[in-house]
Formats: sequence, structure tokens, C-alpha cells
Amino acid sequence: MLLHEARLKRQTIYDALFRGVTRFAAFGVLALLAAIIFSLVMGSMPAIKAFGFGFLASPDWDPVNDQFGALIPIVGTLVTSAIALTIAIPVSFGIALFLTELSPRVLRRPLGVAIELLAGIPSIIYGMWGLFVFAPLFADYVEPWLNKHVGSMPYIGPFFSGPPMGIGTLTASIILAIMIIPFIASVMRDVFDVVPAMLKESAYGLGSTTWEVMFKIVLPYTKVGVAGGIMLGLGRALGETMAVTFVIGNAHELTKSLLNPGNSISSALANEFTEAFGDLYTSSLIELGLILFFITFVVLSISRFMLYKLSKREGKAA
Amino acid sequence: MKERLRNKMMELYTRRRLANAAGLTISVLAMGFGLFWLCWILWTLLVHGLPALTAEVFTKMTPPPGSSGGLWNAIFGSLMMTLGGTLIGTPIGILAGTYLAEFGQRGWLAPFTRFINDILLSAPSIVIGLFVYEVYVVHVKHFSGWAGTLALAIIVIPIVIRTTENMLRLVPSTLREAAAALGAPQWKIVNFVTLRAARAGIITGVMLAIARISGETAPLLFTSLNNQFWNDDMNQPMANLPVVIFQFAMSPYEDWQKLAWAGALLITFSVLTLNILARVLFRQNASTH
Repeated sequence: MLLHEARLKRQTIYDALFRGVTRFAAFGVLALLAAIIFSLVMGSMPAIKAFGFGFLASPDWDPVNDQFGALIPIVGTLVTSAIALTIAIPVSFGIALFLTELSPRVLRRPLGVAIELLAGIPSIIYGMWGLFVFAPLFADYVEPWLNKHVGSMPYIGPFFSGPPMGIGTLTASIILAIMIIPFIASVMRDVFDVVPAMLKESAYGLGSTTWEVMFKIVLPYTKVGVAGGIMLGLGRALGETMAVTFVIGNAHELTKSLLNPGNSISSALANEFTEAFGDLYTSSLIELGLILFFITFVVLSISRFMLYKLSKREGKAA
Repeated sequence: MKERLRNKMMELYTRRRLANAAGLTISVLAMGFGLFWLCWILWTLLVHGLPALTAEVFTKMTPPPGSSGGLWNAIFGSLMMTLGGTLIGTPIGILAGTYLAEFGQRGWLAPFTRFINDILLSAPSIVIGLFVYEVYVVHVKHFSGWAGTLALAIIVIPIVIRTTENMLRLVPSTLREAAAALGAPQWKIVNFVTLRAARAGIITGVMLAIARISGETAPLLFTSLNNQFWNDDMNQPMANLPVVIFQFAMSPYEDWQKLAWAGALLITFSVLTLNILARVLFRQNASTH
């Protein structure tokens, strides 16, 4: 009897121990986030002290005179991500529609995997391919055409006129778009799959076309999840480094034209961080990283919140 | 009257059919658009990478500008850091994932951790590089292979947590109840029943994590940096394929660019093979259940 009690007690201790260890690991994730934020804030302290909030609005970037501002990289990051989203959303929607409604059953899986493989290609490969293959073609064929036909248009013209160098904001945006398509498309496909078949069949039974089922049944049902997927793609686009660094041109200039070289937060970091001299220079770059982390944190939080909302509703419906 | 109504209906019908056809065509085109880039990128890699992929790539060190050489030190460095990152990150990830799936029913810690983990999953990797630079490189005052390993481990953790939790949730609770009814303590239930049942899925997750970190460049830029020479001391700056590709591709030297293509081909095909293998493995196991 005593032996049994001793054994039981030992097992209870093991239980508590094991639970404690897993709990500690889970807690570690929170600690990691806190440590990341803390270390970035500490690292950017000299820059924050020197420039204050003016850092966010200043277009200066002058390492020689120690004058730094984040406006150009922030604008570059936001503009490239916005253009990338504009291209990627309709394409991802088309892909998800194809995979859920149109594709023959045999092809559904291999095609889905192919799209996911597109997401698996490392970003440095996109960058290299963009620099050596895409940018020259873009400069030879697309940009002269844009200059000639779109560049003279009122209002949007100035955005598309400039030297056809192939390297610049627009090129970076297009490559970003290709990179985030698989992320958005696979989230869209997954949320389209949760739409109860009965809803779709009812609509088909009433004589709806596939297109109408998609727009009037599936999209309204899944709109929160779709928005979550888009925000997830946006989060990726904002933080993407290597693909952008290769083709954006890394010029600290604020120009209207999308064909001109620009800069983004991540590419400024990738290019300048190891070569930065002086505390203020390094610290300004770290503050750029802090800003990037803050923006992506907000965007990804919204994304997760939306996806949770959808899965909660799905739970209720079932 | 009737005739007009009929005509109007036919018109509406045609319009709807046309809209449908147009929409579906666009959808097919979108699919083609996606596949087009995949094929184009892979094709480019083969065309430029295969001729550059000689035996020298695997035997010689990275050359100084303007001369020929290989990538052996970079391949070795990449292998070491990927291995190290996986070995450090996987246990932590599995433990935390176990907590989320098995013990986290009550309290604030599990939902909060899940949320934060999902954010870390897609956080910009360059920021992870900055973080490791701030907490490690600055203090030891030199770039090193360990710093790179640490950065990669931080990227592995959230991926493994997510898949571990998902896979443990797929294990039917009847298994847990059966074990509990036999009098097994909870640590035994988790270690010998549920984790074992979810093994294939967890291995898949680890493979996907390896695939992800073997191509990561941004977090290594400020941590392991690069090294032109052979180095097996993890305490020194270490060459690695992604950063070498970055440096060589951006350079004006033709020899370097050629090596960059060879490296790119190597990385991409190992990453894609890992991706496909992980899926095949998982599918095989899922179908036997």
C-alpha cells in the first residue's frame, strides 16, 4: 500500500514537472517577443533621443552629417506593399476560385502544391531572378511602353514616367506581388473550403452561375477570412527583405515616379547595417527596424484577429 | 408582351452566362499566371545554374574576385547553422506546442501565446537578425556562426509550435481517455500516446521549418556575416550559401555571379525537395490512419 502511494506521489511530481517544463517553453515565446521589442527600443534610444518624432517625417538620410529620417524608407515600404497587394489580390482570388470550384479533382492537389511551392522558393532567389532576368526585360519592353502610353496621361502620368532602368519601385512591387500571391491564395482556398456545401448547392439549385455563387455566397460568407488572408500577405510584403533589396535600387530619394529607384525599410537595413559607422547611424537603422516591426505587428494582429473570427463562426455553425 | 418578356429574360440569361464565362476565364488565367512564374523561375535556375554546377563547387572554397573557386565553405556553414538552429529550436517548439494543445485549456497563457506565436510566424526575419545582433553580437563584439544559429532557431520555434499544436489536436481524445483509464499519468499519456500518434505530422513541421531556414538570408546578414575561408569554428564569422549568393550576385565579377547561380540552384532544389518530401511523408501517414 505504502509502495503504491509512493509511486502515485512520484508520478504526480513527474506530471507537475512535465507540465511546468511545457508551460515554461510556452512562456518563453512571450518572453521572446518582449525581448525583441525591448532590445529594439534600447538599440534605437540614441536615435529616438536625437530626432524624436521628427524621425518619422524627415526625408534626410545623411550619414556624413549624422542627420537621419525614416520618411523615405517608410514610404517605400508602404508603396511597394500597396502596389503588390493591388496586383496580388485579384490573382490570388482567381487561383483560389480555380482550385476550389473549377479544377478537375485530379489536378486540385498537384496544382495546390505547385502554388505552395511558389511560396517555398527562398526570397533571395526571387531577388536574383528579378535582378538578372526580370529587370532587364522590364526595362527593354514594359517601361518604354509605360513611358510612351501611360506617362503622358493626366494625373497618373508622373508616376509612370522616368528613365527605363528596370530597377526601381515598380519592379520591386511586381516581384513582391508574385511572392505574396501563394500566401494569399492558399489562405483564400482554405477559407473557401469551409463554406458549407449545402449553401453553395442551394444557390446552384436556384440556377446561379459559378461566378454568382462565388460572389454572392462564398465571398460574403468568408469575407472576414479573406480579409485576414490579405492582411497576412500584406504582413509578408512589408517585411520582405531580399527580393526587394536586389531590385529596388536603394536610393534615398523621394520621387514621384515608380520607375525610379527607391528604398524600403528592410532593404535599407540589409544594405547599410553592417557598413554603418557611428552610434547614431546604427541606432537610426535599428529604429527603422523597430518601426517595421511595429507596422507588421499591427497588420498581422488584425489579420489573426479576422481569421480567428471566421473560425469561431465556423465552430458555431457546425 | 410575352415575347418581350421572353427576350428580356434571354438577354439577362446571356448576360449572366457571359459574366460567368468571363469570370471563369480570368480565374484560369490567374492560375496560369501563378504557374507561369514558378516555371519561369525554375527554368532560369536550371539554365544558369546547371552549367555552373561543377565538382569544384563542392570541393573548393569561395574565391577572391576574378578567380574561380567553389562554395564548399558556404555549403558547410549553411549545413552547420541550419542543423544547429533546428536542434535548438525543435525541442522548445515541441514543448510549447504540447502545452498549447494538451495543458492550455484554461487560463490566459495559452490563447495569448498562440496569438503571439502566430505573429512571430510571419514577423519580418530581418528584425530577428537585428534582435540577435543587439543581444548577442554586440556583447561578444564579433559576428559568429553561433549568432546565425541562434537567429535561425528563433525562426524555427514558431513554425514547430504551430504544427505541433495542430497535429496534437488531430489526435482523437479517445486515445487520451483510454490511456487515462489504464491509469497512465499525464506525462506518460502525452509522451507515449499523443505525441507518438502525432509524430508524422510533427516531423513534417520540422522539415518545413528546415526548408524555411535554409533559404533565409536576412537574419544571417548581421549575425554570422560571411567568411571567405574555410571555418569550422562556430565562434567565428561563418560563410553560408544565402549570404554568399547575395554578395556574389550583386558583384560585377562573372565568376562570382556564376557561383551565385550554382548556389541558388542548390538552395532552391533542396528547399523544394524538402517541401515535397514533407508533404508526401505526411500524406502517406495520414492515409494509413
